[in-house]
Amino acid sequence: MTLAEPPVIADRAPVPVPFIAPEGETPTGGLAIILYSGDLEKTWAAMILASTAGAMGTPTKVFVTFWGLQTFVKPGVRITGDNWMQKMMSAMQRPGIAHRKLSQLNFLGMGPWMMRKLARQYGVASPAELMEMAQLLGVEFIPCQMTMDMFGLKQADLIDGMGEPVGAATYLGYVNDGAKPLFI
Amino acid sequence: MITVDARGLNCPLPIVRTAQAVKAMSTGDSVEVLATDPGSVKDFAAWSKSTGNPIVEQSADGGVFRFVMRKQ
Repeated sequence: MTLAEPPVIADRAPVPVPFIAPEGETPTGGLAIILYSGDLEKTWAAMILASTAGAMGTPTKVFVTFWGLQTFVKPGVRITGDNWMQKMMSAMQRPGIAHRKLSQLNFLGMGPWMMRKLARQYGVASPAELMEMAQLLGVEFIPCQMTMDMFGLKQADLIDGMGEPVGAATYLGYVNDGAKPLFI
Repeated sequence: MITVDARGLNCPLPIVRTAQAVKAMSTGDSVEVLATDPGSVKDFAAWSKSTGNPIVEQSADGGVFRFVMRKQ
C-alpha cells in the first residue's frame, strides 16, 4: 500500500463539509441534549431547557442515557432488570423522576424536600411537570438502547411517549444534521 | 382573546404556558399574558424573535407585566 503525498499546508483548500443527513432528509437544526445524569439538580436543568426549547419552537431531542434513564422509569415501577445484579442496582437507587437526589446537600432527602418546597413557594415547576410540558410541546425523549440492555430495562418500564431506543450514532447523526449538542 | 395568567409563576413557566396556549390557537389570534417575573420582559422578546410571533402590546403596571402576542 502506498500512502498519498502529505498535503502542503499553504495549498490546503477548505475541506468541504460532508452532507451526512440521509438522502431525502435535510438538516433540521434544533437542539440535541444528552441527559446522562440522574441527579435532581441536573435533571431539573435539563427539563427547564427542554421545555423552553419546545416553547421556542426549536426541534428538540433528549437522548437519555445511563443514570438519566433511571429518571424515566414509570412511577410505581420499583425493581427492574432480569438478573440479580440488575435487580440489586435498581434496589439501591430508587428510579423515577419523583425520587431524584441532589449530588450535594442531599442529607437523606432533606435537601430535595427543601428544594421542592422552595420551588412551590416561588412558582417554579417541578421536573415532572416540566417533562410533561416538554412532551406536549413536541420534545422527544429517546432512551439509550445500551443502557436499557445493561440495566435490563424494558420499554414497558419507561414512561409513555418515549421514542424508539437508539445508540450513540443516532445522537451524533442529529448533531451532524445541524442540531446543537448539549451534555447534561 | 385568550389570557394566560402567569402571575406568580417563575421561569420557564410563563413562556411554556404561553407556548402551550399559542399552539392551540389559530393563525392571526392573539394571546394576552400577565406575568410578575421580571425576567419575562427579555424572555418574551427572545421568544417572540425565535418563534416569529410579534408582541403587539406591552405594558407594566405595579409589578405586573402584560404582553399581547399575535400568532403568525
